[in-house]
Amino acid sequence: MDYLDHLEAEAIYILREVAGQFENPALLFSGGKDSITLVHLAKKAFRPGKFPFPLVHIDTGHNFPETIEFRDWLVEQLGEKLIVGHVQESIDQGKAIEQKGKNASRNPLQTVTLLDTIEKYGFDACIGGARRDEEKARAKERIFSVRDEFGQWDPKRQRPELWSIFNGKIHKGENVRVFPISNWTELDVWNYIKRENIALPSIYFSHERDVVLRNGQWMAAAPALQIDNEDIVEHKSVRFRTVGDMTCTAAVDSVATELDDIIAEIKASTVSERGARMDDKVSEAAMEERKKQGYF
Amino acid sequence: MNILKFITAGSVDDGKSTLIGRLLYDTNSILDDQLEAIQKANRKNNDGTVDLAILTDGLKAEREQGITIDVAYKYFQTEKRKFIIADAPGHIQYTRNMITGASNSELIIILIDARKGVIEQTKRHSFLAKLLSLKKVLVCVNKMDMVGFDPFVYEKIKTDYLALADRLGLENVDFIPVSALKGDNIVNRSDRMTWYDGLSLLDYLETVNIADKKSHSWRFPVQWVVRPQTDDLHDYRGYAGRVLGDGLKTGDEVVVLPSGVRSRIARVELAEQTLDQAENGQSVIVHLTDDIDISRGDIIANAGHPPLAERNFEVNICWFDNKPLDKNQVYLLQNHTTVTKIKVADIHYKFDVNTQEKQYDTDIQLNDIGKIEIKAAGEVVFDLNRDFPENSQGILIDPRTNLTVGALMVDNVA
Repeated sequence: MDYLDHLEAEAIYILREVAGQFENPALLFSGGKDSITLVHLAKKAFRPGKFPFPLVHIDTGHNFPETIEFRDWLVEQLGEKLIVGHVQESIDQGKAIEQKGKNASRNPLQTVTLLDTIEKYGFDACIGGARRDEEKARAKERIFSVRDEFGQWDPKRQRPELWSIFNGKIHKGENVRVFPISNWTELDVWNYIKRENIALPSIYFSHERDVVLRNGQWMAAAPALQIDNEDIVEHKSVRFRTVGDMTCTAAVDSVATELDDIIAEIKASTVSERGARMDDKVSEAAMEERKKQGYF
Repeated sequence: MNILKFITAGSVDDGKSTLIGRLLYDTNSILDDQLEAIQKANRKNNDGTVDLAILTDGLKAEREQGITIDVAYKYFQTEKRKFIIADAPGHIQYTRNMITGASNSELIIILIDARKGVIEQTKRHSFLAKLLSLKKVLVCVNKMDMVGFDPFVYEKIKTDYLALADRLGLENVDFIPVSALKGDNIVNRSDRMTWYDGLSLLDYLETVNIADKKSHSWRFPVQWVVRPQTDDLHDYRGYAGRVLGDGLKTGDEVVVLPSGVRSRIARVELAEQTLDQAENGQSVIVHLTDDIDISRGDIIANAGHPPLAERNFEVNICWFDNKPLDKNQVYLLQNHTTVTKIKVADIHYKFDVNTQEKQYDTDIQLNDIGKIEIKAAGEVVFDLNRDFPENSQGILIDPRTNLTVGALMVDNVA
């Protein structure tokens, strides 16, 4: 079997295990390429039937408008259910406190809204698009990753995961995060998107926009970012390699307008995908610490 | 292009991390910001070179203690193949992590320090390779630079290892003399070992043939029943699952277990496209010619070579829990899509994992490997490990903690 067929078959198998083992699963959808790929795989796993889970989006309120537009278009096309958890609501309820200062981001606040949404709907499994090649703590995480009642990941108490037998047994209140594309690399995802002709939000492709220099990276000059006179704002041809919140996702210089250009760019790149994520640069264990708190 | 999944066994002292680091580095799989992070962490080997283990030690506790505790998965790719490395700790107290990594690998690289030869750890890792039915064993005799690239040292180790392999019944063993630190025989053939006429490690990994053993049978554990229940697809009823074994095709006569009902494959589907056949590992939807009651947990198999359905059977078990295996407790056996209550009827013996000697009258504790007899609450559908390894495997779950406490492979019916 070709390597993409192999990865696809494995992911479909994992999605069906979620459907078979859990009462009330959900697919965490961010509007990024990895979760869009998950949706495509879910179609292969369950069509012509309906998805046995809704899509759940945790909206920071600082998302790229193109992402939200794409999300709504996709959901309409699919005819599946979408649930949105709003970070703004968590802030309004006093459960999450907005960061202050120039580098303020709602990225860490998502965890609060995510855990609230899981509790509110009683989800026992949440499918996510995280990959092991993204980050070294993720490289250690199981495909079925158990979270305790507080949403926390305990890297020292992970269940052994053998062959393709996934233990989804949990106590009430716990939930499992499931990562069907754990074994895919960034390049695999792009090659698959090309092979399957999967539609993506426009910001993944080169476009012109105002960007502002922050900590050596170009960020979209958006209202969510505090921009003052000292800031350098330029109009550049850029694209986004990874799509999160506008406050933590940096753009890369690019003229890639087609998938082939993007694939060539990634092959030639000497910086990793998460090199453009400010949220990972806080400390060496930034991702591990956030995951322990209940992050995606 | 296909995928090769392999595990590296050995401890830090054998140069395991150096070997993986070199494979990643020399295939340009380490990017600038990752290298920068390594340099920032400022961890150095004794000889002043950058410690590449930090790439695989993803947890804070591992970096603090300088040891690998859990399996890490690493990915790299060349023009010819995509590789998935399970980097597992080699020490005896992490046997369960190694078993976890090995269970999803086709090939194992066993590292031997040229100065030390075949040691206890080599024997343990080789025993596990046999137990888990890995398809290929590659022995890398490392640190050849420390023994002056002496061919006699290499030949002696090869002879010793082949004797061990013979005793264990390990087939398909290959050897390469290397120096991971200096890069000899890793990507290119070394000009300091002209007496060696085989492939470099990377050439070997790119070309080694991992053929599935012909089983003459296939199994299709049903994961999910697709029933759209819409007006135009009113009678649609498809069984979703992943093929194990030789592959299935339209027209095959099948038996459904545990019910024993027979039928034929009417159609095979992937993503709403009809296929003529489905091969090993493919996730598809199968339709049968007869309208029969099938749900998750049932297994569809070729009628000519059906699997076994038994309540009492003997298994080799690897134990993962801090609490020893308890003969008075009920456990859950999960194999593919079924979960069955079981009890342990008898503990036959356990192995000394270093010498492979059997020890009788004993209990089974963390990291132990032994043979036990299981009594199940209902019929369990499986094959014997020697006939069809993929359908002989299962895990044990403690219903009180929900933890995965053991892994087993069915060895015999009782």
